[in-house]
Amino acid sequence: MAEASSTQGGFGAWLLDPKRRGALLVAPALTILFVMNIFPLLWSFGLSFFNYKASSQRTPKFKGLDNYADVLTDEKVWERFQTTAVIVASSVLLQLIVGFLLALLFAKAFPLRRIVLMLVLTPMMLSFVSVGVFFKLFYEPTFGIVSYVLNFFTTEKFVMLATPAGAIAGIVIADAWMWSPFVMLLVLAGLVSVPKYLYEAAEIDRASKWRTFWTITFPYIKSLLLLAVLFRTIETFKLFDIVYIITEGGPGSSTETIAVYLYRTGFQFFKTSQSSALAYIVLFIVIVLTNLYLYAVNRREAEVS
Amino acid sequence: MARKYREIGKAGWGYTAITTVVGLIYFFPVLWIILTAFKTRTDALAVPPKLFFTPTFDNFVSVFYRSSITTGTSQATDMALYFFNSIFIAGVSVTAALIVGTLAAYAFSRYPLRGNDTYLFIILTTRMLPPIVVIIPIFLMFRLSGLAGSYWGIILLYTAFNIPFSVWLVKSFFDELNPEIEDAARMDGASERRVFFRFCIPQILAGLSATFVFGLILTWNEFLFALLLTGVETRTVPVAMARTMGGEVGVDYGLLAAIVTLFLIPIFFVTFLLQNQLLRGVTFGTVKK
Repeated sequence: MAEASSTQGGFGAWLLDPKRRGALLVAPALTILFVMNIFPLLWSFGLSFFNYKASSQRTPKFKGLDNYADVLTDEKVWERFQTTAVIVASSVLLQLIVGFLLALLFAKAFPLRRIVLMLVLTPMMLSFVSVGVFFKLFYEPTFGIVSYVLNFFTTEKFVMLATPAGAIAGIVIADAWMWSPFVMLLVLAGLVSVPKYLYEAAEIDRASKWRTFWTITFPYIKSLLLLAVLFRTIETFKLFDIVYIITEGGPGSSTETIAVYLYRTGFQFFKTSQSSALAYIVLFIVIVLTNLYLYAVNRREAEVS
Repeated sequence: MARKYREIGKAGWGYTAITTVVGLIYFFPVLWIILTAFKTRTDALAVPPKLFFTPTFDNFVSVFYRSSITTGTSQATDMALYFFNSIFIAGVSVTAALIVGTLAAYAFSRYPLRGNDTYLFIILTTRMLPPIVVIIPIFLMFRLSGLAGSYWGIILLYTAFNIPFSVWLVKSFFDELNPEIEDAARMDGASERRVFFRFCIPQILAGLSATFVFGLILTWNEFLFALLLTGVETRTVPVAMARTMGGEVGVDYGLLAAIVTLFLIPIFFVTFLLQNQLLRGVTFGTVKK
């Protein structure tokens, strides 16, 4: 490459200079990211200081930090953050438990493992729309299978989505069902990283299963679990489609997550600037979480090597 | 990868039976969706819910052909186009992101720039962003530039959506390679291009396929961007699914289930074929051993 370019001279040679090879290879990726992600982000950052409405033709007026002040003092916003926190915490906890148990089950090699594993992995491949629609059907008081099964135990008609707690449970179950396999894959990755000789040593020492787990297995999967928690937290934080389809934020606004609220402010009420300001607050939280994620990753790397 | 599992312990057919039962319980909602696809409208909403029924293929037919109430003739729906759109858009953008991402990953791994880690951090942040944060300006940008509703627009956006993940994952695979082999090749007079294509790429093919499959799962099912940014001609299946629910007679669950079932098949087989590699995909390549 270098030899060929030196004969051309001019701009081509300058561009292909080995010194610039790194920059050249990175350029296409960064260009696309800049155009499709960073530029829109800067744009909305600008919008967040005006009173722009995507639905009206009026020239937007500069409002300074007013939008931020409005959003931060709005009680509704804090309620939405609380709802999001409750959903994220319970869903991630459930995913951890189910994913962990599934991983223990699938850590062994057994005949037809590849096929049986597909049964568990499939929920991850469904679209949010289909999970949302069919879980809504499952919860339906008349036709739904959940209510049908529960009616064996109680004579009262069971309406899952009628109460705030039930609606939150409904969303959490659907989301956790979909993403527990993901946690399972992570934990499996941790389980296979435990050196075999440690188990052999434990066997020679006649250590109990419980003790073997806590002293050998757990330390190896500890940081992976942390990683799973953070990654799933960041992802569940964005939860939109399932909530929007199953409950539409209801009953009342009891299941309206911050992502649904953002969507409503921006696309139903067309308060573009205000939703941009809120989006920036969300972005700040995401950056903090991403930093924690990287911290967990680095710790994992330090432990493995 | 597969061999490593065997070290944890081997089990026989009895264990297969246990895991199959657990697997089927977990799979039950999917099974129910698939069964619903074979039900008539009455069976789909039967009280109590029916597990056994006479199967019908009508739903699968009406995914692609709808009989007109007035004339009685059947008319092709646009669903075939939407399936094509989904495959085309996801296929092209995941591949494009993989190529662009691999080049960048190679640079980040072998020719670190000044501020390498900062770039990587910014790239990761863009992936962690809730799409809702950037969607307003993207929506405005697409409307102004005329990209809204075109293949170009949505492909470009999905490519951007997949790049961060491709860069991070593929970089970790490059990091794992032994640079001494590359140096030896260079000593033998191999050009940089040859080192990259003949020595590095073949060694990480498994990793590249993991990146591909994981990107595909995420892009395949993406809804929000597709809802706001595709037009009649470029609509993807998840958006079309959502639109089948809007009738005045309520959701046609049989029809919807048939679409979901058909839509699941391609991604199911890709995942099945590349299952072993997927394990690395979920950790963004951060788990190496």
